[in-house]
Amino acid sequence: MIELTNLSFGYRKKELLFWNLNLNLETGHIYGLLGKNGAGKSTLLKNIAGLVFPTEGTCKVNGLSAAKRLPSFLQELFFIPEEMELPSLSGNEYVRRTAHFYPKFDHAQFYKVLAEFNVNPDDNLKQLSFGQQKKVMITFGLATNTSLLIMDEPTNGLDIPSKVQFRRIMASSITEDRCMIISTHQVRDLDSLIDTLLVLHKKEIVLNKSLDDIGDRLLFTTSGNANKEGVLYTASNAIGNNTISINNQQHNNKVDMELLFNAIIDDHTAVIESLK
Amino acid sequence: MEFRENEAIYMQIAGYVTENIMLEKWLPEEKLPSVRELASDLQVNPLTVVRAYEFLQGKEVIANKRGIGFFIAADAVQKVKNYSKERFLGQELPELFKSMYLLGISVEDIAERFEIFKAQNYQTK
Repeated sequence: MIELTNLSFGYRKKELLFWNLNLNLETGHIYGLLGKNGAGKSTLLKNIAGLVFPTEGTCKVNGLSAAKRLPSFLQELFFIPEEMELPSLSGNEYVRRTAHFYPKFDHAQFYKVLAEFNVNPDDNLKQLSFGQQKKVMITFGLATNTSLLIMDEPTNGLDIPSKVQFRRIMASSITEDRCMIISTHQVRDLDSLIDTLLVLHKKEIVLNKSLDDIGDRLLFTTSGNANKEGVLYTASNAIGNNTISINNQQHNNKVDMELLFNAIIDDHTAVIESLK
Repeated sequence: MEFRENEAIYMQIAGYVTENIMLEKWLPEEKLPSVRELASDLQVNPLTVVRAYEFLQGKEVIANKRGIGFFIAADAVQKVKNYSKERFLGQELPELFKSMYLLGISVEDIAERFEIFKAQNYQTK
């Protein structure tokens, strides 16, 4: 559904953020996009959403070039930025004025999810706290039922109970016809929700793999339980060592996303190679 | 549900389902929660629940009725026992063996304690 082909992009011509980047994403998945600060996660999302245009290469969503921003493209896309400026309107009024841009908008779903988040649709959006505003936009985005939903750091600003609500709502909102991309630094908030991990590093997508596949191939354990001959990465802490090793066992194990991410950005290419 | 760090989430979900079957919270031939319901309850990706259900289907603990959903097998309890035994022998026992070896505990020591344990907790035999 999303096809980035040889995409290069930079805000300035001499400083490219991405170089020759290729990426294919499908519906029915919740993708987690990870990358260091300044790696360009938000910029990549903006390329997909047609908010900035590739310097070279193409970005197509449902076969349509994102940069052309055709109505048929825009009505199938909702983008929730990390920070937003909301108008001085009630939630009700916002829906009344905006929902008709999205043919599949589900009003009942909007009010139901908003109630689950404990936000009153009569409240003025501008006067809501940052977290409450975020909940309104997440709710609106889910209710648009667009085939592509992009969220940049959605759990930032959410309190602990709201994060639980968020996961619950997301788990029941993904369908085979939708593709969700979530960029985050809060991997622990989302590690049970994401099914495929994307890592943006050094101008490229260095990893695009399902957590199932990763768990089948790599073993995330303390050094005592690691596959001694196949240790690829070790991180020490006060108690001992956490390791990533080749998974020779028959069973899948839980992927430690933090450890994996650290291994990748420390340029432990062996880890990435073993996943290819 | 709190997930442990050392086991794949889908296996933990399969464990949660079998536990409910063994505790008779969920009865044979009853319908299981839909994938979406359980995913929402446990706050996990629906694909993870699908994988857990497929795993249990492979072990014949549950069966898929096309278009209706997953049902608990009539002999689910027996199947769960078989599978749990397999799992105990395959995974937990080697861990135990490892500790026994490191600590120098013999099989005889364990056998003796096992008899006492049975007498204390299960008096019928």
